[in-house]
Amino acid sequence: MCLGIPGQIVEISDAERKLALVDVSGVRREVNVACIAEGNPLDDLIGVWTLVHVGFAMSRINEEEAEKTLEVLKMLGEAQEEIEAMKASQKMLEQAS
Amino acid sequence: MKYADEFRDPVAAKGVLSAIEACVNDIGATKDKPICIMEICGGHTHAIFRYGLDKLTPPGLEFIHGPGCPVCVLPMSRVDECVELAERPEVIFTTFGDAMRVPGTKKSLLQAKADGADIRMVYSPLDALELARRNPEREVVFFGLGFETTTPSTALSIQQAAEENLENFSVFCNHITVPPPIKALLDDPYMILDGFVGPGHVSMVIGIEPYRFIADDYKKPIVVAGFEPLDLLQSVLMVLEQIRDGRADVENQYSRVVPDDGNPASIAACDDVYERRERFEWRGLGEIDESGLKIRQKYAAFDAENKFTIGYGKDAARVTAEPEGCACGEVMTGRIKPRQCPQFGKGCTPEMPLGALMVSSEGACAAYYQYGGAQLEPVE
Repeated sequence: MCLGIPGQIVEISDAERKLALVDVSGVRREVNVACIAEGNPLDDLIGVWTLVHVGFAMSRINEEEAEKTLEVLKMLGEAQEEIEAMKASQKMLEQAS
Repeated sequence: MKYADEFRDPVAAKGVLSAIEACVNDIGATKDKPICIMEICGGHTHAIFRYGLDKLTPPGLEFIHGPGCPVCVLPMSRVDECVELAERPEVIFTTFGDAMRVPGTKKSLLQAKADGADIRMVYSPLDALELARRNPEREVVFFGLGFETTTPSTALSIQQAAEENLENFSVFCNHITVPPPIKALLDDPYMILDGFVGPGHVSMVIGIEPYRFIADDYKKPIVVAGFEPLDLLQSVLMVLEQIRDGRADVENQYSRVVPDDGNPASIAACDDVYERRERFEWRGLGEIDESGLKIRQKYAAFDAENKFTIGYGKDAARVTAEPEGCACGEVMTGRIKPRQCPQFGKGCTPEMPLGALMVSSEGACAAYYQYGGAQLEPVE
């Protein structure tokens, strides 16, 4: 929750709500990209690496930084926890509908 | 992963460690009269223990573990109110999983769920919004919890709800901010801190200027740090160098991620949605001025405090006494070490936490317990 997890933006899923699909260690998750758009067209974000906090992209990072951060998060057990939380939340929504 | 070796390799850290040792010697600090540096962020606390940095650094340097774990500083009365909201039949209560096991005075959210309350763990407030869209006949309440890393996400979700006129969505806002408790610690007469390692991801949002008072008014150094062991060691060295040179500055070791002025879009969303509360209760620390955020009147329709007449400021007496024998407050202010608490490892374990610092892996006590503290006999 407190530490951001790195992911790569792969697709803009809902331009109006500023949502994009982000690949976080192989898990795809819809993420709000309003904080890193900086007024540019959202399509420019495809391929960009970002730190994601609770479903919001909060900062652009480079690939090397993304790898390093992910490694630390794995060592701390935080990466697994975040990815599990993403999956569980997804499942909860599927069951709710 | 190709970069792993770089920071797992003790040789890479050796240079920084010997510089730290030299600096501690230059300052004249010893085991009996150590330099005390507080890492504010719970993520840093966890990393220090995970990588054994406290054991690698010289005895004249001591880490004091700060209040930077939002789960750990969540007062029991707030948890009680969460349970109260969750037990309303019309409510779907949504929360980050981290908050589920925090003890209230009667029960935790996990126990409330077992008792039949409709509580859903969500990864993101976006998922709470989606639940509200799909369940127009229910009231979806999101528990807004956390420091500046999560405050913007809640603010943006409230703005989105307002945009869509999603009337069955509201936020029980218990967001808190990092700088005020640092000020409270610095004002504490027992204060023994010589400098700070500042939080990385919080600073990515707010920038480094909000820490200026630490250097200017209290003449203490602060260095914003990354999460790799080398980041942490370098930041500690930067703090020590300031102390050695008689300087007190705000420095940014993590500039590759933290812009000095933070994230403008996040700051703007937070300014639009929140105002500061006059004061807010922190578990173990008491009430701290201007340390909590409240939803502004213009978004009152999405404020669970307003909607359900619950929450902070409703009753006069707020501060809830800690369970007997629980020394979380003293641990958090650096007065005692976790294992000096009489309950450590006995009445309080990660499986059955009594105090908040044992609940989250980012709490000092849980970290002590997980990384070797458990074998140590508690000090009577």
